[in-house]
Amino acid sequence: MTVRVQTQDFDAGLELTQLRLARKDVGAVVSFIGQVRDVNEGDTVSQLSLEHYPGMTEKALAAIVAQAQSRWDIFDTLIIHRVGTLQPLDQIVLVAVSGAHRGEAFKACEFIMDALKTEAPFWKKEVTASGERWLEAKESDDVARERWIKPAHQ
Amino acid sequence: MKIKVFYFARLKEKLNYSTEDLEMPDETLTVLKLKAFLAKRGDVWGQMLMGKLKIRAAINHELVADSAAIADGDEVAFFPPVTGG
Repeated sequence: MTVRVQTQDFDAGLELTQLRLARKDVGAVVSFIGQVRDVNEGDTVSQLSLEHYPGMTEKALAAIVAQAQSRWDIFDTLIIHRVGTLQPLDQIVLVAVSGAHRGEAFKACEFIMDALKTEAPFWKKEVTASGERWLEAKESDDVARERWIKPAHQ
Repeated sequence: MKIKVFYFARLKEKLNYSTEDLEMPDETLTVLKLKAFLAKRGDVWGQMLMGKLKIRAAINHELVADSAAIADGDEVAFFPPVTGG
């Protein structure tokens, strides 16, 4: 398990290659990349700042990964989340999961992102033409997280 | 008891506080009691901590409910619902 919280950018291709080549029994690598959009709620966004809670962030992400590892048959996980000031088209987050087969890796990757969205202490503030504003938590993110609790969707 | 309190995101900005050390009476302290204590400091504190804004709390880096007990030496944090990813 690797968890990194950093201001600098990352090379997603290189990271995925390393995860893929780490073991010869890896048959699948599933990944998600989040990118800064230039629009939100109808307004043009020129900049995004990400704040976090050092110490808690790493623990929360490790706890999420531990849940994924106990629930699905996967080999390794990678989470890189950026903080600080970002611009549209910048990468925000990379989540990647390796495993023997795609099914478990897909589920684990989606679970990690859904849990990260609702449990990891990051906060976004965006700059638009009308000034700065903190983003509001979305109910759809809570719904996405909750569906993993229902056995029917496992 | 001595505790350390952290504030994040909108809370930090509005309260103009990022962290503080507090000496609290040695009685049973919960997250809710601490919020009520801080809210008594005045307008913006009351609005931010006991108003309509949703506030999450953590003790020693674990998310907790308002009923959670705070012990001597604990690190308590208040923040809005998270918006990362």
